[in-house]
Amino acid sequence: MSASDLSTAVRPLATSPQAGGGTKETVVPEHPVPAPRTGLASPAAIMLGSIGFGLLFLLAWQFLPPALGVPSYIIPTVTDLARDFVRMAQRENLMVHVLSTVTIATTGFVIGSFLGAAMGYILGMSVFIEKVLSPYILGLQIAPKVAFAPLFIMWLGYNAWPKLLVTILVVFFPILVNVLQSMKTVDRDLINLARAYSMSRMQIFWKIEVPTSMPALMAGLRIGATLAVIGVTVGELVGGNTGLGYLITFGEGQANTAMVFNAIVLLTLIGIVLYGAVAMIEARVLHYIPRAMR
Amino acid sequence: MLTTASVLDLSGVTKRFTAPDGVSPLTAIERVSLNVHAGEFVAVVGPSGCGKSTILNLVAGLDRPSEGRIMLNGIPVEGPNPTVGFMLQKDLLLPWRTIVHNVEFGLEARAISRAERRERALRELQRCRLQDFAQSYPYQLSGGMRQRAALARTLAIEPAIVLLDEPFSALDAQTKLILQKSFAQTIASSAITTLLITHDLMEAVIMSDRILVMSERPGRIVEEIPVNLPDRDNPMARISAPRAREYVDHLLASLHLQEKAA
Repeated sequence: MSASDLSTAVRPLATSPQAGGGTKETVVPEHPVPAPRTGLASPAAIMLGSIGFGLLFLLAWQFLPPALGVPSYIIPTVTDLARDFVRMAQRENLMVHVLSTVTIATTGFVIGSFLGAAMGYILGMSVFIEKVLSPYILGLQIAPKVAFAPLFIMWLGYNAWPKLLVTILVVFFPILVNVLQSMKTVDRDLINLARAYSMSRMQIFWKIEVPTSMPALMAGLRIGATLAVIGVTVGELVGGNTGLGYLITFGEGQANTAMVFNAIVLLTLIGIVLYGAVAMIEARVLHYIPRAMR
Repeated sequence: MLTTASVLDLSGVTKRFTAPDGVSPLTAIERVSLNVHAGEFVAVVGPSGCGKSTILNLVAGLDRPSEGRIMLNGIPVEGPNPTVGFMLQKDLLLPWRTIVHNVEFGLEARAISRAERRERALRELQRCRLQDFAQSYPYQLSGGMRQRAALARTLAIEPAIVLLDEPFSALDAQTKLILQKSFAQTIASSAITTLLITHDLMEAVIMSDRILVMSERPGRIVEEIPVNLPDRDNPMARISAPRAREYVDHLLASLHLQEKAA
């Protein structure tokens, strides 16, 4: 359930960087002058507003449920969470779980991205293989990858491998599809230019196709970064005794709502850090695309 | 003898494409014969869809003629040829490369050192008056400057002939004039052999030594008009010459544009 929710939430990310970077469409609004209310706000005011909203939200979380008589085993307050966080750090080997999740998420993300990109380039270079495999790729893309987790556990046992495998599988497809799509839409005139300059197939690949695919690859990596956390979480929920996903099932078993909340918060933070790292790499790689177009 | 040497020579060139239905072939150009002499600037004009760009692809060796023969400096064209430079309406600059690195692009399939490549690229940028923008990225340049950078890239390979396929048609009217002058100066000062494909009749008149008029599909050459005007290196001077107008009128009549508009 959580997986499908998150993947739909993530989808817009796939299109927005591509539309800016891949094509030449500048995202200039039709009428830049109006928009009176938000247009007047300075960046500082917007930031202040965001922080203010966050504080307001935390305050509401802290005081509203008790005021409405909601017991803390249903919705623990912010201070309950903080207290339990300290307890988890002291008693539950929290660092071990966090490190395990981070390691598997990152490793799975890197391996999945690499394989997905490589496969995308291979299929992009061979129309024949692409045509032959495309129905299966579409099928696998639609298949809920996280549902493979129990299968991997049956095959590989209660250890790190099933989690890593689910993560790789989840990351693999969006990157494959993005890279393949960009390979199929490389400007024919650019290829012809390179051919006219007597470039070899491999030169065309490295000098034109790979750089052209960068915006799409980066968009795929952004999606992959968020999916990696989902993959590892599902893997940990289903099997094993380490990781934040395991802490969620453990907390659930103990009816410790605060623990579940804390694990979710930490998983989100890991996702944000991974996503931020990708965004930083993207800013470096795509430096030649003007900021407004990204 | 040397002055009349043909750099490019097409004789009886026909190109047929298989139509989408796979049965009736589509004839893009039919029995086209033309030649371009060393240092000459020849323009090809014609209605859209007359196969102008087909000629370019054939000369560049990206496509093979169905019939006829294409000779470049006396050698038959049988594939992509390092002595042909071509430029399109799109500048085709690689956005991830600096301008100087873009100019080097055409030299990268050749066995020359990195240092020499850079040196030649910088020399071409100088010739196209872009030396101050060598380290800029394409998005930082105006459309006109990008086309000049594309010309520098085209000239860097020291082509025997430069093919220009409507290189100014995406530009606004004023930039176009400035760029036409800039191109004309560069081309004239280095005596570069040029074949310009365009639908802009005035452009053909003010830039070329000779105009070839093509018919509608299947494209044939229906008329050849030598342009006897001074100032080939300065289109801005030509554009205000009264006789330039006469040439355009003649082309209008030749392409039957008046009748079509009526």
